[in-house]
Amino acid sequence: MIANIGLLALALALPIALLQSGASLWGAQRHHDRLMQVGRNAALMQAALLALAFACLVIAFLSSDFSLALVVAHSHSAKPFLYKFAASWGNHEGSLALWVLVLALAGGALAILGESLAPRLRARALGIQGSLGVLFTGFLLFASNPFERLPTPALDGFGLNPVLQDPALAIHPPFLYFGYVGLSLPFSLAVAALLEGGISSAWARWLRITTLASWSALTIGIALGSWWAYRELGWGGFWFWDPVENASLMPWLIAIALFHCAVIVEKRGAFRQWSIFLAIIAFSLAMLGTFLVRSGVLVSVHSFATDPTRGIFILAILVCVSGGALLLFSARAARLRDDSLFAPVSREGAVLVNNLLLCCGCASVFVGTLYPLALETLNGAKVSVGAPFFNLTFAPLMLPLFFLLPLGPVLAWKQGSLLGALQRIQLAVLVGLAAIIGTLAYKGAAPLWASLAFGLGVWILVGVCCEIFQRLRSSESRPGASFWGMSLAHAGMGVLLLGVVAHSAWSIERIESLRPGDSLDVAGFNITFENTAFTRSDNFFAEQALLRVRSGNGEVFDLTAERRVYPIRATSTSESAINYSLAGDLYVVLGDNWIADAEARVFRFYWNPLVSLIWLGAALMAIGGGCCLADRRYRASRPEAKRGWESRQENLSVEEIQ
Amino acid sequence: MVLLAASVALIAVALEDSITYFYTPTELLEKNVTTGESVRIGGMVVQGSINSDPDGTIRFLVTDFSNTISVAFKGITPDLFAEGQGVIAEGTLGAKGSLDAERILAKHDENYKPPEMQ
Repeated sequence: MIANIGLLALALALPIALLQSGASLWGAQRHHDRLMQVGRNAALMQAALLALAFACLVIAFLSSDFSLALVVAHSHSAKPFLYKFAASWGNHEGSLALWVLVLALAGGALAILGESLAPRLRARALGIQGSLGVLFTGFLLFASNPFERLPTPALDGFGLNPVLQDPALAIHPPFLYFGYVGLSLPFSLAVAALLEGGISSAWARWLRITTLASWSALTIGIALGSWWAYRELGWGGFWFWDPVENASLMPWLIAIALFHCAVIVEKRGAFRQWSIFLAIIAFSLAMLGTFLVRSGVLVSVHSFATDPTRGIFILAILVCVSGGALLLFSARAARLRDDSLFAPVSREGAVLVNNLLLCCGCASVFVGTLYPLALETLNGAKVSVGAPFFNLTFAPLMLPLFFLLPLGPVLAWKQGSLLGALQRIQLAVLVGLAAIIGTLAYKGAAPLWASLAFGLGVWILVGVCCEIFQRLRSSESRPGASFWGMSLAHAGMGVLLLGVVAHSAWSIERIESLRPGDSLDVAGFNITFENTAFTRSDNFFAEQALLRVRSGNGEVFDLTAERRVYPIRATSTSESAINYSLAGDLYVVLGDNWIADAEARVFRFYWNPLVSLIWLGAALMAIGGGCCLADRRYRASRPEAKRGWESRQENLSVEEIQ
Repeated sequence: MVLLAASVALIAVALEDSITYFYTPTELLEKNVTTGESVRIGGMVVQGSINSDPDGTIRFLVTDFSNTISVAFKGITPDLFAEGQGVIAEGTLGAKGSLDAERILAKHDENYKPPEMQ
């Protein structure tokens, strides 16, 4: 019954999306207010219908409706509540339903909140959003229907893959999808601006807000995924340069470039074409990410259930949407020429370099991710591109970016002075250099880049503090939420960098086979293997190994590393034992018991210094992004004074028309 | 422009140096891969072939059903690594045509098989 309602809502959403698209675009073309109103209402209805459809899917999972193929394949009656809930988006069909839902919600938000935009521009953006809705709702309905029934209901389900049963991973997809699909709004706004042939500062503000909001969600999504991988996969690492991870990193990088350059569009009127281009690329990469994850063309350690026909569907949509938008861009972009000049050393110049570096970084990730695919298609050779490639390309491109980061905000618009900027944050220069020397003295020169990058992290943190201090002391107006947001996000980047450097350069790994009573020393901890015990829970059995740890300062604590066997799926997983602290994590994994000696166990020990800074930094960035959104000056509904560049632009277009 | 040229050069050089070729055991024998080269091999873990040295080194056979190669690995095998399951081993080729693996990848998805075995 519930499933029927869901299917009905989903089926109705398709014609409504068609209506949203047609009425908005046609209404904007003909200056027809009624039609544009119809388009707005259709967008709201679309959002409501898809929310209903998705709610029905969730209810089907919660009530274990085993007449649905999807529930049988991915749920089980004995599963804890949270994972029944999460199972509704932990699979291909469910996750695409979430994708389409977010797309419709974004359209609904534009319909309700977009009053500051010119009515025709908003209608066009809604029309584009509706067209995306038609494509993806159609795909969901015809190629991956989540409400498909089994000929005869099953008695019970197959359960969710046990490694996916984790609270962080349960909420990871919604954040990731809000980020991915949120980028559809900047895309729709960009295409609408191309159709319209002009932009306003309200448009630039919407571009910035929507990109920032999506980026913040994407940051949380990626960080949750990485945190899950760190704890659950038992490799002690946080990032594996896996194609699926790269797929989320690429739109994340471009989104950073986009909201920095949207600020310039709004305040100075420069970078118009470039921001439109970036908006198109950002959403294209988000769709590419969906394609890579869902089509399974790439061999990935994440390797989701795959189906080539679906991949071709998504690829076709990707080619149509991105290709169409880029064609339109090449035909129309010339109308949006910039009329703003600036010197190379200026805040605009800093954003330009920021954008270039981020785009080059993204390009290196793109090549590294897709090269194996291209090579296999061309000559059949199978290769894998791993961490060494990205360490050689991506990392050197990011280092100058980190150097520039604290300088940008202290440079003046139009014409700045590098020396003046350096003077304003000279404390950061000093402390950064001291950090480089300090790490060299303390850790040795073994990886020179590590000391350099660590120094850059400190330079960012101190630089941001200098900026805050000066801003508070100066007689200028009190800093708004967006200043605090920017400072938080920049500081978060510095914190993240410190964590990444410490983990990559200074972590310690040891593998030992121990018998009960044996002990060893790792990074100043004395660890004794006490005993093993068996336990069982709702849906698994486990062997637990108890380890007693004595730290250097005499503190004693226990760690329990676990190996679980899930009988429903006949698989086993390892549960790492981790002692978290700000200084670093002590991380122990219990190995599968392949050894003939019945009492001995193989353990892997890691000491990961400062690793928690990685997620702390990501959290700061996401909170910073959220703060920027809360700034009153960016409330979408606020009426605004026209900026200088806008009135110039209007004169220009009047001349053009004459 | 300089930045673009530099990053293109960087990407090209890095690709040259840091990619790892993927072979099945049969391809590995046919292509005469030199000892010491870093490769990935994929196949199925032979039933009953997993055993372990006292120091924790695990030895097992990987097959593509026509040829078989032995793999030695010191460390903790990933979840879902088991006899009769698909596996990818990454490491350097030893002198006796065996692989000294640095990394073992098993698939999160239990339906997974390496592409060439489907």
